[in-house]
Amino acid sequence: MEPFITITGVAAPLLRADINTDAIIPMRWLVTATRDGLGKGLFSEWRYRPDGSEDPEFVLNQPLYRAAGILIAGANFGCGSSREHAPWALLDFGIRCIIAPGFASIFYENCLKNGILPVVLPLIDVENLASRQRGALTVDLVTQSISDADGRIAAFELEPSRRAALLEGRDEIDDTLSHAEAIAVFQARDREQRPWVWGGNNRKNEFR
Amino acid sequence: MSSAIDLMISAMHARTLFDKLWDSHVVSELGNNRALIHIDRHVLHDLTSPQAFDGLRRAGRGVRNPELTFAVQDHLVSTERGRTDETVPGGAALIRALRDNARQSGIPLFDLGDPRQGIVHVVAPEQAIALPGMTLVCGDSHTCTVGALGVYAWGIGTSEVEHVLATQTLVQQKPLGMRVCFDGRLQAGVTAKDMVLYLIGRIGIGGATGHALEYAGAAVRALDMEARMTLCNMAIECGARTALIEPDDTTFAYLHGRAYAPVGVAWEQALAVWRTLPGDAGAFYERDIVLDASEIAPQITWGTTPHDVVRVDGRVPDPAQLSSNSERAVIQRALDYMGLTPGAPIEGLPVHRVFIGSCTNGRLPDLREAARVAHGRHVASGVRAMVVPGSMKVKRDAEAEGLDRIFIEAGFDWREPGCSMCAGLNADKVGPRERCVATSNRNFEGRQGVLARTHLASPAMAAAAAVTGKITDVRRMLS
Repeated sequence: MEPFITITGVAAPLLRADINTDAIIPMRWLVTATRDGLGKGLFSEWRYRPDGSEDPEFVLNQPLYRAAGILIAGANFGCGSSREHAPWALLDFGIRCIIAPGFASIFYENCLKNGILPVVLPLIDVENLASRQRGALTVDLVTQSISDADGRIAAFELEPSRRAALLEGRDEIDDTLSHAEAIAVFQARDREQRPWVWGGNNRKNEFR
Repeated sequence: MSSAIDLMISAMHARTLFDKLWDSHVVSELGNNRALIHIDRHVLHDLTSPQAFDGLRRAGRGVRNPELTFAVQDHLVSTERGRTDETVPGGAALIRALRDNARQSGIPLFDLGDPRQGIVHVVAPEQAIALPGMTLVCGDSHTCTVGALGVYAWGIGTSEVEHVLATQTLVQQKPLGMRVCFDGRLQAGVTAKDMVLYLIGRIGIGGATGHALEYAGAAVRALDMEARMTLCNMAIECGARTALIEPDDTTFAYLHGRAYAPVGVAWEQALAVWRTLPGDAGAFYERDIVLDASEIAPQITWGTTPHDVVRVDGRVPDPAQLSSNSERAVIQRALDYMGLTPGAPIEGLPVHRVFIGSCTNGRLPDLREAARVAHGRHVASGVRAMVVPGSMKVKRDAEAEGLDRIFIEAGFDWREPGCSMCAGLNADKVGPRERCVATSNRNFEGRQGVLARTHLASPAMAAAAAVTGKITDVRRMLS
């Protein structure tokens, strides 16, 4: 995973509440065995008209925001389906940070696993950021702050172990494998205590 | 005095069902209410697993516990009779990838043609792959369905699928507790689907975010297992991390004798443990909601999120009645997408398509409810209606009691099991601006097809819409 330390980029406002992952990347784009190239499907129902041409009204089609690196979104962003194609599509488009009053749980996890920083701020701060319409924002995970050329605008929090993992771009599976001994102990004890979980004592249907 | 202190101490240690499930699966405490949690069952499907196996291969890792892992083909499969791997362009490659990955890793697969194939959340309880007291994950948000058995079950992304394959654990933040109590008795013609739509309408699409939602109360206890699964299935539609119901005799009777359920001494041993799972008296929930089940009428969604819901005898909202500009804009956008007149009655709207199936309502009792309405009637002209059983077993059981004949004689299309028109991935799609009454779980813009207009309702309400050709209060057809 690419580390997230600090990024400076244009922040595109998309303040609608409850934007779901079907809207972020519609189902038909999911028929693929790779994680790459999904950016073209990002918000496709809103970005493109039925004839396939771009809808100039949609924020990411406007000249100012075509190269946005930050998305400013409404409450409960990323609700619905668990598809990780949603953060993959955002990342492929170039978005590394989403600022919103809140996120759906599965989407939030999926962002952190892909080096995207989800920043939770109070609605009023999110609305203020969205209405700035001035230049780039800098989101700094070291100082946990958002600033522009005129200075600091907001501070944010992230659970310390998640912050450390993002800053270092750590592989969470490697982290967990450092607990291999504890996993083995747990499983050995569980086989004794709950043999039915492990298919034991069940002659009719032993697994495989 | 001492008894008062004893009471206080016991209340401090009183645990909910969820607390017990959490505590019994902690492998390592990680601080800040985070823990490494053991995963007892991992279920894979065709759509979200190929990238996880590729990740494993790139890192040179294997599947740690294939004996705790199961795979089933459901999302992409065709529902046509005589189907093969061929489905939408690119789909067959994903179906074959799951087959190859399962074979190479020694994971049991319920493949196309297997008598156990079906929608993952229908199959896991039906085969007793999921048992009370377990943790279960799957790369699909509706995994919370399985919580109906007293399982800590939740949906995950593909990176977490890879993490579970490699380690049989996940790092989790402990969710807050939330109890929703349905007191009283349901009226005739009202189902678990109406209960959960009513709840989502009350608390909103983000109303349970960050919470483990536990259903309780007399109206929940009175539900059969399949209806409890419907209730838990849609908990994700109000953002819940997981949904749960305390296991009871209904749960145990449902599981007894199923394929992967323990037998003999192992069954007795398991049962003794399962009976200790319900919450202790005085256990604490961060949120407690009480609803009166007897007040619930058949529900139907009018808009583009599951909380846009009304009673079938109600009216769609009128933005002019709202004071906030932003709310007005949201409602107006949904009305425009759905092609609705502000303030109009929902009943009587003409429909083009009806879909009965999905992990929400594709089980045998759901098909019975729909068949009861369809029996002796015929699908209205201009309506295309399909019934997609949730699994091969549901299909066989339904055929054994003649439900297929009822549907076919009434003009419904009787199909092979899969996610079908709920996912809108295979050929089963709703056309642009077509209105569909569906028993599935999401009415998002474009979910069932580009510009498709989806109204979510119970199987009986869907069947009523099919035979009348319009949204209809099913209560009038049952008397």
